[in-house]
Amino acid sequence: MLKDITLGQYFPGNSILHRLDPRVKIVLTVLYIVALFLAKSMLSFVFILCVTVLLVLLSRINLRVILKGMKPILFIMVFTMILNLFFTRGEGEPLVHVAFVRIYREGITTAVYMLVRIVCLLAGTSILLTYTTSPITLTDGIEQLLAPLSVLHVPVHEFAMMMTIALRFIPTLIEETDKIMSAQKARGADFTSGSLLHRVRALIPILIPLFVSAFRRADELAIAMECRCYRGGAGRTRMNRLHMHIRDYGALVCMVLFGAGIVVLNIYTSRIGYGL
Amino acid sequence: MTDPYLQIENLSFSYPAQGEGEAAPVLHGLNLQIERGSFVAVLGRNGSGKSTLAKLLGMILTPTSGKIRMGGKEITDPALTEDELFALRAGVGMVFQNPDNQLVATIVEEDIAFGPENLGLAPEQIRARVDSALDTVGMRAYAKHAPHQLSGGQKQRIAIAGVIAMRPECILFDESTAMLDPTGRAEVMQTVLALNKEGITEIFITHNMNEAVLADRVLVMDEGRIVLDGTPKEVFAQADTLRGCGLGVPQVTELFEVLRQQGLPVGEPVISEEEGAERLYALLNQ
Ligand SMILES: Nc1ncnc2c1ncn2[C@@H]1O[C@H](COP(=O)(O)OP(=O)(O)OP(=O)(O)O)[C@@H](O)[C@H]1O
Ligand SMILES: [Mg+2]
Repeated sequence: MLKDITLGQYFPGNSILHRLDPRVKIVLTVLYIVALFLAKSMLSFVFILCVTVLLVLLSRINLRVILKGMKPILFIMVFTMILNLFFTRGEGEPLVHVAFVRIYREGITTAVYMLVRIVCLLAGTSILLTYTTSPITLTDGIEQLLAPLSVLHVPVHEFAMMMTIALRFIPTLIEETDKIMSAQKARGADFTSGSLLHRVRALIPILIPLFVSAFRRADELAIAMECRCYRGGAGRTRMNRLHMHIRDYGALVCMVLFGAGIVVLNIYTSRIGYGL
Repeated sequence: MTDPYLQIENLSFSYPAQGEGEAAPVLHGLNLQIERGSFVAVLGRNGSGKSTLAKLLGMILTPTSGKIRMGGKEITDPALTEDELFALRAGVGMVFQNPDNQLVATIVEEDIAFGPENLGLAPEQIRARVDSALDTVGMRAYAKHAPHQLSGGQKQRIAIAGVIAMRPECILFDESTAMLDPTGRAEVMQTVLALNKEGITEIFITHNMNEAVLADRVLVMDEGRIVLDGTPKEVFAQADTLRGCGLGVPQVTELFEVLRQQGLPVGEPVISEEEGAERLYALLNQ
């Protein structure tokens, strides 16, 4: 039953976004986020929406999947919108004035901009990173992108190794949890009824054997790794090295143009007096 | 004829004492020589010190006293530098019992690459070694699979591939078939025998008599000592000593022993089932 859990939110595929170098995708994501926060005018938000829709199309991931991914933060979105709607003070007369509630034109635009920003932030980053990059590729990307930092004693390799081992053992431990749960059920344990406290207490007989076994595994794995001459990142080479292709350079150029486009649109709209 | 790969002199070992108690020695002054390219099975009941011996040979533990020489180099020399130890360790591979706890990476070929990567080889060299290791264990088709999608026997063959990609002279197997079903066992044994043919010295710890029978030489350990040492035939002829060590003998051997006790002229001890069948056939025809 636990086996059905999918790891991360990676959707295997062969789109251009799937094939981009993970290092490039990390850089793209950072650029994309910066660009989102540069946007200030109506035109630039329209531009952002168009680019995000383009990303969705390029990734060939079902739109419904992406919308479903936003459900958990629906509350935050609504909350931010309401705050912006009611608490933005604008110049001129309020559009609505009932008792102490005043809604200005600026309030509506900020609320809408905020919504666009959050939706695009979430859709864009998840499409660029988590949906189209397998966790292990992402780990490789982070390791090789941040490798220069190890000069400053940042434990980049150690972090990547930890991630790899975690990813390797998650399915194993899930399988084990399943087995332990069945074993405890066979002894009459009940995980599904009773008060919350009762159900939490029922988890203890699962967690303890799971931890004991995880530590035993860690011990054996450490010995096996030592036997295979592991001694940290120093002097270690990699079989698969990441290579930049033309498409990767192209993607970087596009993203820089995207950022530049937003800045230009900001300036343009403020010139013709269509600010906000 | 003698080209000793492994020489053990007066090897003793005790684990650090726990709490107040004295540290009880686990190995008592072992002496042993193993020929290059031989396939040695090690038998012994639980707690007889087999894994401890394997860990000493694999340089995971250091002996309390005594010497181990491997391929002409003394691996227990306290003057060895970190780098020399590293180079020596690459010459000995170890395969353990639980295949799940030996695989490091999330993709089969990357796991096999793990050892060569640690040795600091060039990417093309690593690729070549990974491919040839995959061929040796017959798992080329699974290069891109995730370990958890494989059967136990397949996982264990990947673990073996990970070890042979380091091109060791010697491989230690510590109950590497114990968690496998008969198919998995057969797969692993086939790989083990094939590697021995290629000249790799193998030390194979097992509780399975039928596997021990396939070796050139069988060692029986009990309470940290080597009790019996010889060809499978010689060792399994000593059924009483074996029983004293908490071990059994292969079923065929036992059958012929009972027949001999009944006064039948069955000849010398038999260890393989085929040979047993032939003898029985001859006996029935008389
Ligand atoms: N880490 C340890 N610390 C202390 N004592 C240990 C440790 N590991 C093993 N021993 C003890 O050393 C003795 C030999 O253990 P060893 O694991 O070598 O036996 P074995 O022959 O491999 O047994 P098995 O067939 O169960 O694998 C046992 O008495 C055991 O209790
Ligand atoms: Mg053992």
